[in-house]
Amino acid sequence: MANEEMNGAQMVIRALVDQGVDVIFGYPGGAVLPIYDELFKQNALRHVLVRHEQGAVHAAEGYARSTGKVGAVLVTSGPGATNMVTPLTDALMDSIPIVCLTGQVPTHLIGNDAFQEADTVGITRPCTKHNYLVKSIGELPRIMHEAFYVARSGRPGPVVVDLPKDVQQAKGTYSNGVTAKHRSYNPQMKGDIRAIEQALDLIAKAERPLFYCGGGIINSGPTASKLLKQFVNLTGFPITLTLMGLGAFPASDKQFLGMLGMHGMYESNHAMHDCDVMINIGARFDDRITGRLAAFSPNSKKIHVDIDPSSINKNVRVDVPIVGDAAHVLEDMIRLWKAKQIRPNQKALDAWWKQIEGWRARDCLKYRPSDSVIKPQYALQRLFHAIKDKDFYITTEVGQHQMWAAQFLRFEKPNHWMTSGGLGTMGYGFPAAIGVQMAHPESLVIDVAGEASFLMNMQEMSTAMQYKLPVKVFILNNQWMGMVRQWQELLHGERYSESYMESLPDFEKLADAFGFVGLRADKPSEVDDVIKEMIAVKQPVLVDMRVDKTENCFPMIPSGSAHNEMLLGPDDVAKPVSEEGMVLV
Amino acid sequence: MQPQTIERHTISVLVDNEAGVLARVIGLFSGRGYNIESLTVAEVDATEHLSRITIVTSGTAMIIEQIKNQLNRLVPVHTVNDLTIEGPHVARELALIKVKSTGERRVESLRIADIFRARVVDATNDSFVFEMTGSTEKLSAFINLMKPLGLVDVSRTGVVAIARGAEAL
Repeated sequence: MANEEMNGAQMVIRALVDQGVDVIFGYPGGAVLPIYDELFKQNALRHVLVRHEQGAVHAAEGYARSTGKVGAVLVTSGPGATNMVTPLTDALMDSIPIVCLTGQVPTHLIGNDAFQEADTVGITRPCTKHNYLVKSIGELPRIMHEAFYVARSGRPGPVVVDLPKDVQQAKGTYSNGVTAKHRSYNPQMKGDIRAIEQALDLIAKAERPLFYCGGGIINSGPTASKLLKQFVNLTGFPITLTLMGLGAFPASDKQFLGMLGMHGMYESNHAMHDCDVMINIGARFDDRITGRLAAFSPNSKKIHVDIDPSSINKNVRVDVPIVGDAAHVLEDMIRLWKAKQIRPNQKALDAWWKQIEGWRARDCLKYRPSDSVIKPQYALQRLFHAIKDKDFYITTEVGQHQMWAAQFLRFEKPNHWMTSGGLGTMGYGFPAAIGVQMAHPESLVIDVAGEASFLMNMQEMSTAMQYKLPVKVFILNNQWMGMVRQWQELLHGERYSESYMESLPDFEKLADAFGFVGLRADKPSEVDDVIKEMIAVKQPVLVDMRVDKTENCFPMIPSGSAHNEMLLGPDDVAKPVSEEGMVLV
Repeated sequence: MQPQTIERHTISVLVDNEAGVLARVIGLFSGRGYNIESLTVAEVDATEHLSRITIVTSGTAMIIEQIKNQLNRLVPVHTVNDLTIEGPHVARELALIKVKSTGERRVESLRIADIFRARVVDATNDSFVFEMTGSTEKLSAFINLMKPLGLVDVSRTGVVAIARGAEAL
């Protein structure tokens, strides 16, 4: 069925189906009506109508992140396209594969300030991995297939295809043009074997080694996670994961130290600071991880495996750079490790673990429990207790609740944790949960939210209702923009400028208005019952968990500080933040 | 190695000659705060639709490495070559320089143009347009000499460069 005559809109649908897309998230409008007309006439592709275009990409991100497939989006020209800017940037920062189709005014009107015209490729150029304006029907099949290739290859990312209305209506020849090799974009998958051997030499001699891994493992696929576990267990080394990497290594494994970074574990950050060999696989030395760069892991030899050469030596100079896909490189590492019969320095390793156990004993996540108010940490501990044996997926919004969720919820498998890491997009989690639930209709999908973030995309409650998606929104409602308030308290003399959420809705009534089940807990004694009911109800649920208004998220590396200058709790807040630190976000 | 030393590099980039490719390259430089000292672009292979962009940029060794890696990851980019570190290369720039003067100053401008091997490509009773090819430094030296002699306009192409020897990039 190589070449068939059809119009552009039919080609678009056909190419999506040929690319294995089964769900597309979107919102119609004038410039994409021909495509919506073709959608109407077929059954291979399911369309999910969101209530704001931003929600479409976030939903597709949730879908993509939880399945490993490319997420697909369809929106109209002008405002439809400009509403894509935030979520596309989100997908770019977190390396999520998305193909976003945007309508465009007919080619003869481009540049005329036509109704609902925007320079979509111009606007989205810096917030996509690549984008295309399809100027003729002849190039449409190639571009559609190339868009999927670019989105998922190498370091994944979002791709926009801008489709003028006349191209959608023009007749042409469709071919399933999956070409063997791209003209110019062919990312390197296999790592340089000499560099891998060099890395193994360092690893073999290490006395205080540490694996530091991130989202690259998850993007590489489940094989990379399996190989990572195998290699980490072979070496007996400790491992820490970034926010984006949670789930890449089982949280229950003894060698796992927990998340690192600004709100990471005391033991992880101290191990980063004191290690002598750092093995970074698929993480990018983000500023939330490194803290003050000059004081970042000062005495370590650094190995960095990344599929994106531009991530290497960007923030931190490394000793052994390896460009390649995590799974391929791990496979080579394990093979050579076994072939060379490498034995780590067990004596040094024992001493290192002893030191790590000392840090672990500080129990950095402890908090002051309360009988009268719900501590957010307590709510999440109880949530985890209730779901840990179930098939669950977690998404989050952005802020304190996100960090607590990363600390208190534990992931054994990749692709079960969806959060906005790089861009920090409030309003990400709820639409993302809808996308996850579309992909996993039988699973328990929970958006751990703050009340401020939830309000940013709460219109998607209608979407959840329309498609009967039983997502759970677990709001830790402290009536503040918690993380803003925390920084104002610690860094800005307790001047709480505009961070109090006045005039909040009654979330139970809000739930009611949309057809959700609304639940509320005010006292610690009510937490378990609310969680139990939330899980039991086979409908969308909105939980208003009224938590302590003043709780801060610890541990914390203050801006401009080093890993070994962590604050462990409220009593630890003594040293004022330096001028240099104040400038950082 | 002193990582903080600012180096100047000439980078040659082979790209698909398609709409928006120059915007991608320029957007990369402005978005990430890299310097562009000069940039030239033109199609070099009409059958393959390839253009060559020559960029002169400056930064620390780490920044230069970033620039090359960032350029390389743009989808329509085929190759990125750092001519400054890949061996000897020839770099040339062309300038058109308009000088307005009469009498002794007019004669002097013509005399200096001769020394610099600039060609007169347009002349009126009180003006010359000189065409000159050479290194950036040579062009700048000539332009400086023309300032007191009635310099009114300069148009420069920016640097184009190519590696010496028989090897293709």
